[in-house]
Amino acid sequence: MTQRTRRRRDERTHDTERLFRAKVYISLKKGLVDPQGSTIKEALESLGYGNLTRVRFGKYIELGLRAKGRGAAEEKLKEMCGKLLVNPVIEKYSYHIEEGSVR
Amino acid sequence: MRFGVVVFPGSNCDDDCYDVVRDVVGEEVDFIWHKERRVEGFDCLILPGGFSYGDYLRTGAIARFSPVMKAIGSFARRGGLVIGICNGFQILLESNLLPGAMMKNRSLRFICKFANIRVENNLTPFTSLCQIGQVLRIPIAHIDGRYYADDEIMRGLKENNQIIFRYCSEDGELSQESNPNGSKDFIAGISNRSGNVLGLMPHPERASESILSSEDGRVVFESVVSTVKRSPRRSLRNDCPPSEEIS
Repeated sequence: MTQRTRRRRDERTHDTERLFRAKVYISLKKGLVDPQGSTIKEALESLGYGNLTRVRFGKYIELGLRAKGRGAAEEKLKEMCGKLLVNPVIEKYSYHIEEGSVR
Repeated sequence: MRFGVVVFPGSNCDDDCYDVVRDVVGEEVDFIWHKERRVEGFDCLILPGGFSYGDYLRTGAIARFSPVMKAIGSFARRGGLVIGICNGFQILLESNLLPGAMMKNRSLRFICKFANIRVENNLTPFTSLCQIGQVLRIPIAHIDGRYYADDEIMRGLKENNQIIFRYCSEDGELSQESNPNGSKDFIAGISNRSGNVLGLMPHPERASESILSSEDGRVVFESVVSTVKRSPRRSLRNDCPPSEEIS
């Protein structure tokens, strides 16, 4: 199956469903030591960017999903974050969701 | 008694654990493929070290949803003995069978070296042959081994005596220099509240034979054998079907 036909199949929606794309931003909770963030900050400072106040390292995940509406899509997304994408012991997340397919 | 070594895609210390149990400790042992939905006839399950699912997303995060984990959750909740070593520990944390989480080492380096750990509690099935304060020399090999727990979890761990091993100096002293990865409160290994699930970052299976320059790790396996043989009722040889959702 080609990429294109697979995409068409994946994005096929029932009459009542619409396509959404979601962007999930995951970062360490406030106050947790973030050695990756501090290392990046030091590297930037060594390049002459002395005006940095803070660097925190995180993860970014893009998802395409089908749902009956924005509310339903959000609900599913939060469920996925709670179950797998985010570890609530050390991480927090925010997301952006909009109608349309993932490019 | 019979051990089971769980094999996830990406496990790489499964053979070492199998070998130590069979040839060094002299007990029965079988591999359990992660697709199994039932675990039957085992007294103790070992989740070995490695890089299950390539450590994608977070260490242990994907393995936690392997089919076998539901049965392991039910085995653990019924009092079955479970040991998670390194990546196995990370999987137990992600499964909520142990509290807390693992973060990148403070140094951001993969650390592979001998560490000294101090036995903090010898009233567990995994340390019953140890003395409190005994120092074991066992290697670590990880980059995500900095144990973290918030104040509430830490309070619970201390109140219930769930801290089993702490990183220490050769003489058993706690100091920042002897804390290889920056773990909270020097934690190298913890148990669950009821004491039948152990997670530890050091690899006891890599220090169970004199040819490997330390035999200190063998006591963990031998403690389990001694506990099970002393009280056969500890044994949960009956079938542990997949239970409902792991909470």
